[in-house]
Amino acid sequence: MIEGILIGLTTALTFQNILMVMVGCFFGTIIGMLPGLGPMTAIALMIPITYGFDPATGLILMAGVYYGAVFGGSTSSILLNAPGVPGTVATSFDGYPMAQQGKAGKALAIAAWSSFAGGTLSAIYLLFMAPSLSKVSLSFRSPDYFALMILGLTAIAAFSSKGQFLKAMMMVVLGLMLASVGQDSLSDITRFTFNNMNLTDGISFVLVVMATFAMSEALTIILKRNDPTSAAKQVSLTELGSIKINKEERTKMYKTIPRSSVIGFLIGVLPGAGATIASFLAYGMERNVVSDEEKEKFGKGSVNGLSAPETANNAACSGSFVPMLTLGIPGSGTTAVMLGALLGFGVQPGPRLYMTNPEIFWSIIMSMYIGMVILLILNLPLIPYIARILAVPKNYLIPLILFFSVTGIYVMSFNNFDIYLMIGIAVVATFLRLYDFPMPPLILAFVLGGLMEENLRRSLLLSNGSWEFLWDRTLTACILVTTILIVVWHIYKTFKRKN
Amino acid sequence: MNINTTKIISLLFFIFSAFYLYTAYQIQVFAFDENAPFNARTFPIYLGYAGLFFSGLKLILPDPNTIKVEHKSLEYKKTGILILIAIIYGATILKVGYFLTTSLFLFASYYFLGERRWILMFLLSFPFVAVFMYLLHGILDIYLRDPFLQSIGVMG
Repeated sequence: MIEGILIGLTTALTFQNILMVMVGCFFGTIIGMLPGLGPMTAIALMIPITYGFDPATGLILMAGVYYGAVFGGSTSSILLNAPGVPGTVATSFDGYPMAQQGKAGKALAIAAWSSFAGGTLSAIYLLFMAPSLSKVSLSFRSPDYFALMILGLTAIAAFSSKGQFLKAMMMVVLGLMLASVGQDSLSDITRFTFNNMNLTDGISFVLVVMATFAMSEALTIILKRNDPTSAAKQVSLTELGSIKINKEERTKMYKTIPRSSVIGFLIGVLPGAGATIASFLAYGMERNVVSDEEKEKFGKGSVNGLSAPETANNAACSGSFVPMLTLGIPGSGTTAVMLGALLGFGVQPGPRLYMTNPEIFWSIIMSMYIGMVILLILNLPLIPYIARILAVPKNYLIPLILFFSVTGIYVMSFNNFDIYLMIGIAVVATFLRLYDFPMPPLILAFVLGGLMEENLRRSLLLSNGSWEFLWDRTLTACILVTTILIVVWHIYKTFKRKN
Repeated sequence: MNINTTKIISLLFFIFSAFYLYTAYQIQVFAFDENAPFNARTFPIYLGYAGLFFSGLKLILPDPNTIKVEHKSLEYKKTGILILIAIIYGATILKVGYFLTTSLFLFASYYFLGERRWILMFLLSFPFVAVFMYLLHGILDIYLRDPFLQSIGVMG
């Protein structure tokens, strides 16, 4: 492991890669701060730029963007009560009241330190867990992988949003359907191309991500421009207050951060769960463990109430890298985008990544530490200036997002058809978003579609067409039981809510 | 059964899944693969049934979280114009070239979204695209097709 850490450090500490982490953190913070634009959009917009780099550098840039965007989301939660991403909703519960009390600077500083601590602690957990997990995952066979993918897709649908399980499952199926367009990987038979040569190679992953996130988000912002309930608020930010944290507040954070980081990391590791659930659970747990006096302050600007979700959501971000790097199965929509980008680089994440491309594996983990440090150094002194970005006029922002989206497709295919297809998918996605159909399950399914078919093919061929492979191995059966438990739990919760 | 837009979307998805399933059955597989445990049409067939199942459930089950969209407050006109500009941009980018079409696309988008600060609009279109192009083409060595710039001798 020491050798691996050194390889990772050597790769991550090159001038180019440090620069990439800085650039990534900076742009990620800016994009994540803009209401409506989250880490997925930020990473999607960066994909065309990473084409020019080697896989390690490209991924380091994306990891920096990821962390930056998560922190940026917290900034808009605290200053505007408009979370850029669902993972920072819990941050606004106490961050926004604190900002209203004239302590916006302090709230941002607490968020920055908590994010830093949560991210660093979870990167340490990742450092020790990932290698052993990748050894365990070597024992996985095709049926296990197939079951694991079913679990991941079901979990992301179950956790997507309240009462939207069926909508999310429809999006999962749509994602898998989109992934099935083009040549079959084994027989080369074309499917669903309708004799259109442009579809023979299938629909590009970048196209689907750009259309369903960047482009449809831009269109949604314009569409909801006059909607009084939308988060598109403009603010004047003149007084942020001091960013200093006093001794009493620090003491509170010392207790909150370790427990929230453990919760965040463990939730992040679970497929489908991610930062949103981690931050809500950490917030709930914190409220249960603090004194009655402190409990009263929750929702009114509590330091613990702000620190807990911030620590947990950053810890969950690192945690979500575990299934992606060790099993090749993304645990969240954002890591699904990163997995797609990795596949584009010709790198197949999974248990063998640790052995075949140790420089990529370790440099991602090491760049997380560096990313955390840079995020803190960069963001603390720049908080007052970065906050002004929130006032960027939508008239400029929207065309620039559309421009980045089209450029991404243009440099990839030089094909008009792909641009039309992207616009078409974006229009459909915008309409679906209006009616609360979630997009992350679609992306996760699209990325996993090919792998899922491949593993089902192997499993069915080995078992001579019998579905017994689903319960032949204990591991497969355990994963499927977990999937069933998630569905049952979800149905129980829905009925309980109705009653 | 209460008919709302979510139900209509579910119905459309149901019809789409039925069409997908029909097309999946039409996929031509090799003769020796016809009775194999798994061939090119197996997975799409399962997907078609899954689509019918979930959209069918959504159609039948009551919807406790009905989404109400205030259509009157939505900016359909500006969104439509923006989509139209994006389509024109997509149609011309290969023939005219990246620099001119992208700059014009940005300028037109700013204008139709209500911006009238001409100098800022100009700076965030033509010079901005030139810098971005230099970054992609000049520094990162990503090829950008541009017949217009090639015709005036700016790009090799």
